Amino acid sequence: MLNQYPLWKYLMLAIVLVVGSLYALPNLYGEDPSVQVSHRTQPLEQGDLLAVEQVLNKEAIEFKRIELENNKVLVRFNDEHTQLKAADALKDALDKKYLVALNLAAATPDWLRSLNASPMYLGLDLRGGIHFLMEVDMEAAIKRLEESLISDIKSALREEKIRYRGVRLDDHILQIDFSDATSVESALSILKRQFRQLDLSQQGEQLSIQGKLTEVAIRDEKKSALQQNIITLRNRVNELGVAEPIIQQQGDSRIVVQLPGVQDSARAKTILGGTATLEFRLTEGSVTDWYDAEESGRIPLNALLYHERNGNPVLLNRRVIVTGDMITDAASTIDTDKGVPAVSVSLDGKGAKKMNDTTRENVGHKMAVVFIESKVETKQVGDETVKQRSITKEVINVATIQGVFGARFQITGMESQEARDLSLLLRAGSLRAPIEIIEERTIGPSLGADNIKQGFQSVMIGFVLVLIFMAIYYRAFGLIANVALTVNLVLLIAILSMLQATLTLPGIAGIVLTVGMAVDANVLIYERIREELRNGNSIQASIHAGYEKAFSTITDANITTLIAAVVLFSLGTGPIKGFAITLSIGIITSMFTAIVGTRAIVNFVYGNRHLEKISI
Amino acid sequence: MKFLHGQTHIDFMSKRKLALSMSLLLIVLSIASLAKNGLNFGIDFTGGYLIEIGYPGDADLDSIRKTLTSNNFKDVQVQNFGTSRDVLIRIAPSSDINKASIGDTIIDILKQGSDQSIEKRRVEYVGPQVGAELRDQGGMAMLVALFFILVYVSLRFQFKSAVSAILALVHDVIITIGCFSILQLDFDLTVLAAILAIIGYSLNDTVVVLDRIRETFRTVRKGSSSEIINLSINQTLSRTLMTSLTTLIVVTALFFLGGEVIHGFATALIIGIAVGTYSSVYVASSAILSMGITKQDFLVQSKEEIVDDRP
Repeated sequence: MLNQYPLWKYLMLAIVLVVGSLYALPNLYGEDPSVQVSHRTQPLEQGDLLAVEQVLNKEAIEFKRIELENNKVLVRFNDEHTQLKAADALKDALDKKYLVALNLAAATPDWLRSLNASPMYLGLDLRGGIHFLMEVDMEAAIKRLEESLISDIKSALREEKIRYRGVRLDDHILQIDFSDATSVESALSILKRQFRQLDLSQQGEQLSIQGKLTEVAIRDEKKSALQQNIITLRNRVNELGVAEPIIQQQGDSRIVVQLPGVQDSARAKTILGGTATLEFRLTEGSVTDWYDAEESGRIPLNALLYHERNGNPVLLNRRVIVTGDMITDAASTIDTDKGVPAVSVSLDGKGAKKMNDTTRENVGHKMAVVFIESKVETKQVGDETVKQRSITKEVINVATIQGVFGARFQITGMESQEARDLSLLLRAGSLRAPIEIIEERTIGPSLGADNIKQGFQSVMIGFVLVLIFMAIYYRAFGLIANVALTVNLVLLIAILSMLQATLTLPGIAGIVLTVGMAVDANVLIYERIREELRNGNSIQASIHAGYEKAFSTITDANITTLIAAVVLFSLGTGPIKGFAITLSIGIITSMFTAIVGTRAIVNFVYGNRHLEKISI
Repeated sequence: MKFLHGQTHIDFMSKRKLALSMSLLLIVLSIASLAKNGLNFGIDFTGGYLIEIGYPGDADLDSIRKTLTSNNFKDVQVQNFGTSRDVLIRIAPSSDINKASIGDTIIDILKQGSDQSIEKRRVEYVGPQVGAELRDQGGMAMLVALFFILVYVSLRFQFKSAVSAILALVHDVIITIGCFSILQLDFDLTVLAAILAIIGYSLNDTVVVLDRIRETFRTVRKGSSSEIINLSINQTLSRTLMTSLTTLIVVTALFFLGGEVIHGFATALIIGIAVGTYSSVYVASSAILSMGITKQDFLVQSKEEIVDDRP
């Protein structure tokens, strides 16, 4: 018997339809303005939830609901005004260890959430926010490793009491010079044992050892520099109070950072790209010595010439007491004595001990705080791109050591915004290597909303026009194709929601295009049926032949388009990827609905009975 | 409803010389324009800054230009974007400016020079290294897509069909890019995505025609190659027109309603679909005819002839 489907096929279609509708459903509910509270280090618990609730009740701020989700407290509000008021109140009332971020939480009802259904994930071009692509300066990371190896080699040689004349670094080649052959020999065997990350060898009969980082060591360093930077960036983004940020590795030297809802790109850039750190050193000589050194250019062997912000010279001891890495916590405050902005700093155990020892031995001496910032920037010079690196080292404070101190103290000498930024950077940890922002896209909230509105309108208008057109052109069969097209749209949205793939404006364009092209399969089938009817075949046979013969054509035509879409997805970036995702999924769902879906309806309506005439 | 009543009998192949000269003309024009004018690449490919701002009322472009030049921003392009209230400012990458706050700086400057309130709609910065990469990646994606399609069509049909499908694709892509060069429309990443979508679309169309040509060669026993190809095109004609029409409907909706950001994308698709429809009727089939396609090319080679040699 022609044109009959077994029951299981109808059931399968029904299940697909139900599941698809369920998972597409969350997209209809919209979003609640909400505030997300998390802790810097610990997961939040029921007690924290009560604390948050108490603050809101005390301030008489009305909220829709409060819940514990992924170790964070999420409070939903009725409008944005209340949301902002609540965020300010919570920031003031809660301990600084808590992070308060604004968020838009999906208003999916509980029964749908229990099915793990959530709305589509909107890209930044639809919700507004900032996208950064950052490149990690790997050259700097390698250089830093090489420099730390030089000092390690020196101390290793000193420890083994091997005399050397000097260690220098030239174009990634480390050279250690000695005065006699026996030293070379013993040094080589010791260094080879201790420094596995170096390829060490003696060049012929020369009294020197040359070394170079091994490929493995370079690769490891790059990898860990990237990982470390990602961790630091994540900490900094949390400090900025951004809900749902994306921080991802891209390629082997790049990091993507997406900050939904953030608008102040200048501040985001100073915080994310900031390399500011501190160093503490003792000064050398007297103030007159400093000016003499500056004028004559003769700097004592154990000293380095630095400058204060106002340009005054300072001579500092070569030995660093404490570096920024040893700082475990920092907060910006106001110095109570002088009433100027200050940063209060806590050191780790090692740093505290060094600070303690140094201050004990040097009461009455002067200590300087050095502010260090490194930058990298790529510029276009003619046809070439050139990387420019610069390091700023400024003395922000010189003060006489009044008494012994260790783990906790205060630093002054900065503007208040600077003090806030510096304390944030010190708290979040330093970047292993400087980063450069090589791509930035900031989308204002109004543009995002416009994009959604216009995208939605074009999908709907395009969709309705195609529906009308198909109904006029193919009549009853056109209506069947229209049902399939509607189901196709539902399934496409359901799959995008399930995969939580990012929906962008080009993605919406992909949906629009899918709507137009999806009916192609039905057009092919219907034209085939019309042709069979023209050739004088019976109605049932024509329907059957139409579906059978069109099938391989449809498959070939769609697979080739799918190839193009998959290539787009794997090689493309940003907008291209978003478009490719919806196009690929759309091709697959449209094949399913146009072939299996319409066939089911046609069989159900027309199958297994005698027909005089069909409306096609 | 039917556009074409019953089977059409248009002799497409007799006019293929005319079609060929037209295609050649369009291709030569496109390549000439590409060589002479090049493409008006957006900042995705050149690198640089792009700032979109919104005014509550009509924006005065001249005064914006003056304000910016007097503030030492050289090499600045200012234009309306979609409406008279939206303004797009483009700044070349070579300018020596502070990139950290350029968007905010410009908005501050313009706020001071105007009594209207200004809204930041979009700020984009693409570094020089990224621009070059996106360009290379885009070209690469196109070549890889063409290669895989060539392989698939060769496997599913045969080599002559694959070559003619690719010819049709190259034809469509060159003419679409050519139009962008002649009209000096902005060529950005979304337009590149559209070009790749055109590859998919045009191929879809061509494959349907090729599929029919193969089928007709196998089923119709009489007739010259040219007649068989004509017949196949006529048989698929109403489908070709119908699908192009529904796709054009949605793309036109996108063109008028999708907003300025997606405008270039929709433009490329409209051109591409028009050219693609024409090429699937003329280019692929003319090419396959010129390569001397015969019945032999499509005969199913049965792998093993079972000879019944039992007594």
